[in-house]
Amino acid sequence: MLKDITLGQYFPGNSFIHRLDPRTKLLMLVVYIAALFIAKSWISYGMMLVFLIGCIAISRIPPKSIVRGMKPMVVILVFTGVLNVFMTAGETVWVEFWIIKITKEGVIRGFFMVMRILMLVTGTFLLTYTTSPIALTDGLESLLSPLKVLHLPVHELSMMMCIALRFIPTLIEETDKIMSAQKARGADLENGNLMEKVKALVPILIPLFVSAFRRADELATAMECRCYHGGEGRTKMKLLHYTLLDMVAFFVGAVLLAAVITLSVFGL
Amino acid sequence: MAPILQIKELEHTYSPGTPFQHKALDGVSFSVERGEFIGIIGHTGSGKSTLIQHLNGLLKPTSGQVLLDGVDIWSDKKITRQARFRVGLVFQYPEYQLFEETVYKDIAFGPKNMGLSQSEIDRRVRQAAGFVGLTEKQLEVSPFDLSGGQKRRVAIAGVIAMEPEVLILDEPTAGLDPVGREGILENIRAYQRARNATIMMVSHSMSDVARLTDRLLVMNGSRLAMDGTPEEIFVHAQQLLDMGLDIPDVTRVFLRLKAMGLDVDPVYSIDQAVAALKKLKEGGHHA
Repeated sequence: MLKDITLGQYFPGNSFIHRLDPRTKLLMLVVYIAALFIAKSWISYGMMLVFLIGCIAISRIPPKSIVRGMKPMVVILVFTGVLNVFMTAGETVWVEFWIIKITKEGVIRGFFMVMRILMLVTGTFLLTYTTSPIALTDGLESLLSPLKVLHLPVHELSMMMCIALRFIPTLIEETDKIMSAQKARGADLENGNLMEKVKALVPILIPLFVSAFRRADELATAMECRCYHGGEGRTKMKLLHYTLLDMVAFFVGAVLLAAVITLSVFGL
Repeated sequence: MAPILQIKELEHTYSPGTPFQHKALDGVSFSVERGEFIGIIGHTGSGKSTLIQHLNGLLKPTSGQVLLDGVDIWSDKKITRQARFRVGLVFQYPEYQLFEETVYKDIAFGPKNMGLSQSEIDRRVRQAAGFVGLTEKQLEVSPFDLSGGQKRRVAIAGVIAMEPEVLILDEPTAGLDPVGREGILENIRAYQRARNATIMMVSHSMSDVARLTDRLLVMNGSRLAMDGTPEEIFVHAQQLLDMGLDIPDVTRVFLRLKAMGLDVDPVYSIDQAVAALKKLKEGGHHA
């Protein structure tokens, strides 16, 4: 079922991670991703993994839903893994067959690459799972606000992102409904060759686009009715402020980054 | 004759094994005779929509069976597909599923999927358009240029064109004006009479179901709470109100009259109300 897509879904909760300021979480994600790309050794990867699993445990997000969110990633993961295993030159040859050569270096590299993508996506999921879309966009707007000096429409960008996130579940539900309706008229979405499958999408995509435009139109009218006129002079109901929790998180993040950098400097 | 549809101990659980797990149907059993007009009532979330999506094989029961003419619709892939054509399902706000360039092509979508010949498709499209009162000229325009009520008719015609033996409609009159509502309900009756089809209609309008249906199914909390003629169901007016359902306006008036001490039986249609009041008046004269 389409409903099982968990992209951008928010799991309400009250854990340590849920209560962090969204800006802290966004910055931590940047630190985490940076550390992930700096990490080169088993030790640093292990440290990152422990950190990630710790975060998941603290957030009380059921691991099942994280695994489910990974499903769409399988193709990319397999592709990356296989490509790295076969394309990496190395000295310790494990298997040699025709033009295929698998080396120890290749297998290790492939493994690291897959781990890196997995951990990257899981970390990002953790952010959207524990942060409501509104908090997320508020945080992003606040973090990007210095760029207003460069005339970047920061508020508009974050509003767009907020609306996009808000409508993902709505549109998924809508797609589900349209698919059921066309199936009830005998549309065959599963069988047939590629051409037929593409053609079978037309009865779903057209109503979906029509309804997306209709919703956009209605939303625009509703926003106008409430006198929305952009970010100028707009106040917030929930003001963001850092607390002791955020200090703790920053400290942990700094230690992690420092450790990973140190390790990679010493070539570990 | 054997019932056309038999529903046995139907059970459906959404998202099993997740925090969102939810049992939408629980032990629902009933059977449907050919040519019956059945109303399905129940408040939001009572399982109505889940139930009707089982009847044409869009949803697979977690446990239990749906028998169409005595055959389990999940016994074979081909039979499931056949069930989609034999049991036509019109969703809520069906006008949002129109997609073709012309009304004609959109109505032809179902019959085309059935693999019928060009001439048979043509016959069905024209006949279905006739049932819902669309003119020849309207068949050639884009469905997106029509009014809301007309779009609804096109969408219903799209299902009728498959000539289903059982036609199921989920709130076919939602959001229409009184003239539009009456028109659609008349179209459905016309189709039922012409084909001796079985109609199942989900509705929130108690006056409509009281007037049109032979039988009512009341859903409450994922279960089938009541099953009987409108007469039998509306006697339990208080129970319906407790379930958060409405009762026909005229029934409400008569319940009040009774509470005020008049000797009247509960009624559910205007004709009955007139007859009951006449009887009361005459009785009053005799006394």
